[in-house]
Amino acid sequence: MNSKDKLFVAPAPHVHDKSTVKNVMWNVVLALVPALLFATYFWGFRALLLTLTGAVTAVVCEAIIQKLRKVPVTVHDGSAFLTGLLLAFNIHVGAPIWLPIVGAAFAIIVGKQVFGGLGNNPVNPALLGRAFLLASWPTRMTGGWVGVKDYAMSGLNNLPRIATNLQELSPKAYELVTSATPLGVAKTLRDSSFVADINAQAGGIDLGGRIFSSLTEMETLRSLFWGNIGGCIGEVSAFALLLGAAYLLYKNIIEWRIPLFYIGTVFVLSLLFGGIPGSGTSILLPFFHIFSGGLLLGAFFMATDYTTTPLSKKGRIIFGIGCGLLTIVIRLVGGYPEGVSYSILFMNVMTPLIDRMTMPKAFGRIKK
Amino acid sequence: MRLKTFPGGIHPHDEKQYSKSAAISNFPTPKRVIIHLSQHIGAPSTPIVEQGEKVQKGQLIAQASGFVSLNQHASISGSVNKIGRFLHPTGSMSSAIEIISDGQNDIIPLDDDPKFLELPVDVLKERIGNAGICGMGGAGFPTHVKLSPPADKPIDTVILNGVECEPYLTSDYRLMLRNSDEIISGLKIIMKIVGANKGMIGIEANKPDAIALMQKRCAKEKDLEVVGLKMQYPQGAEKQLIYAATNRKVPAGGLPMAVGVVVQNVGTAVAIYEAARYQKPLIDRVISITGPMVKTPMNLLAPIGTLYSDLVEHCGGLNGALGKAISGGPMMGFALPSLEAGMTKGSSGLVLLGEKAARSMAEHTCLRCARCVDICPMNLMPSMIANAVKYDDLEIAVKAGLNDCIKCGSCAYVCPAQIRLVQWIDTGKIRYAEIQRNK
Repeated sequence: MNSKDKLFVAPAPHVHDKSTVKNVMWNVVLALVPALLFATYFWGFRALLLTLTGAVTAVVCEAIIQKLRKVPVTVHDGSAFLTGLLLAFNIHVGAPIWLPIVGAAFAIIVGKQVFGGLGNNPVNPALLGRAFLLASWPTRMTGGWVGVKDYAMSGLNNLPRIATNLQELSPKAYELVTSATPLGVAKTLRDSSFVADINAQAGGIDLGGRIFSSLTEMETLRSLFWGNIGGCIGEVSAFALLLGAAYLLYKNIIEWRIPLFYIGTVFVLSLLFGGIPGSGTSILLPFFHIFSGGLLLGAFFMATDYTTTPLSKKGRIIFGIGCGLLTIVIRLVGGYPEGVSYSILFMNVMTPLIDRMTMPKAFGRIKK
Repeated sequence: MRLKTFPGGIHPHDEKQYSKSAAISNFPTPKRVIIHLSQHIGAPSTPIVEQGEKVQKGQLIAQASGFVSLNQHASISGSVNKIGRFLHPTGSMSSAIEIISDGQNDIIPLDDDPKFLELPVDVLKERIGNAGICGMGGAGFPTHVKLSPPADKPIDTVILNGVECEPYLTSDYRLMLRNSDEIISGLKIIMKIVGANKGMIGIEANKPDAIALMQKRCAKEKDLEVVGLKMQYPQGAEKQLIYAATNRKVPAGGLPMAVGVVVQNVGTAVAIYEAARYQKPLIDRVISITGPMVKTPMNLLAPIGTLYSDLVEHCGGLNGALGKAISGGPMMGFALPSLEAGMTKGSSGLVLLGEKAARSMAEHTCLRCARCVDICPMNLMPSMIANAVKYDDLEIAVKAGLNDCIKCGSCAYVCPAQIRLVQWIDTGKIRYAEIQRNK
């Protein structure tokens, strides 16, 4: 035998499960493909165009900044692509093409590279980009929701059955259900003077209550689940998002604690406090809250971002509950109809503190 | 049988297919052996022979230099060629005695006490101490020390470690199939010495025939129990094994005796039996020569000190270009610079990997994915420790578990950023120990 062979000497362990950063990131991208396909199906090619524009912008910006920083260009790892994709998923299909470009550039440059790139950003870059766009161009971000059918902007396809002549009955109510997302409708109906107004317009019938209860009808929930609603590109179909989430859980790429406690908290709190005066709550109300807006996208794909969430299992539970609590507070009493992105951003900032508070006790250490 | 286990851990492919069906065969007397003076935890042994001196197989050639030290015996007959520095299976150079064979193969005369279980505890302990036995699972703690717990730490349970959770290795498995009676006798001797009334043999589920055989042997023994364990790494780590088998948690920084348990490797049990009955010194052991790069993987009973290169040659040599030679298992073993190391009492295997498997990937930035946190069998935060060591903040490293780490390597195994967590943690441990010494 030849002992002059050069042998590799390295510290143990000498085997590895073959997982890589690249593998993780591209798998998350893959898990978002169903949502992108659903969005393209419902809203057409423009949804695809906006999304890819965001993703490509993010990749280009990351490459440029890494060149300027004189560090290795690592855009092939997929993390920038993912950030750009998620940013675009937070934009609605009627938005101008420059919106995802500006947003993705901001997300990568200010949200990620300024802090040193992958693994060092304090908050989710995609959500930071979205917050930046929302603060800078609020009307572009929320105005002109593009719907898929009559009434379907709000997903309330079943409304004609409630009042075929809604437009004549109460112009104000008609405007609401045709211009806002389902969460926007739910939010507005929490305003009792608004409800009194439309009820008065409708000649005294409880129109507000009827519209509110239509939110939790099976037909509405079905639309929310499959994707027949207005909203951001990535939020179109709960089904598509759950499909992707199941894949990531199966592949052990995301961990169940944050999504479970996030969604669980929203479930419980929306059941307890989600109703409007006069109409009370419904066991279906939590499903409305879970399938609406960006909750599933946020809970499975944004609140599970490795870098910006706690390390310990206990920390992740706290993180999930915190996100759920803030989401419901914003949705029910805050200034916006939707609160997923701000809740996650807020909890991102809390992460170092949570990490410090939840350091696990070593096996065999007595709890002090 | 309900399989037991511990929290955390990983599931690497066990890779035992290479050598598991190879029954133990005897390695012929080698031309030379290198008997290391540090085969164990504790002070190196003191040589009592000189260069040129004739020695007989089984003769004491180096003495324990204190209580926590070990006797070393000649594993072949011949003459002492050199006392000097030789390659140790941990990859570094270390003091050893080189013996060149004279072709004779007679061992020093041995006694036989068929009623060894009736011998007084003192005599049994003395024989074990004389035989130079240390833990044969890898760590190499002197057995006579382990079997002398202080009076205020009563022991009620002895666990034999037949887990062999390291991928590739099959030496303990084949030993259990061949020497089940000796293993059980060894277990009874240990139980008698420490005064335990319960004996357990822990075996991982990937060795169902070993579990079945041991169960058959233990069927009539009320105080003996075979514990089937889930395939999960590091199932064979002492604290994890104790928890899985008895549900007792060894306190941090403490020894198994703190919870009334003594753990011994199955190979050690055989050595204990041979020492108690025949007063035979520990001069040979079973070692797996395995992996994709060896022609005929084997489990060999070879004299201590045999060169790895001789063992590989006996197995038909290499299959192709060798990339990495690992002394021990791939999770905690040592990569050797060459095969010219003499095996020690703790050498359970030599794993030979190809060039592709040997290459290590570049370290990336930590993503904070927390996989290492999720699988750490000691419930630590490996990434946080490694980061703290990197930035020289040992206080945080200690808080995150620096001193509790058992270096099992699970964290580095699952890290998608390929961070060499164990190496960082080890660096931290060394630095921390230095600071403590200088205080």
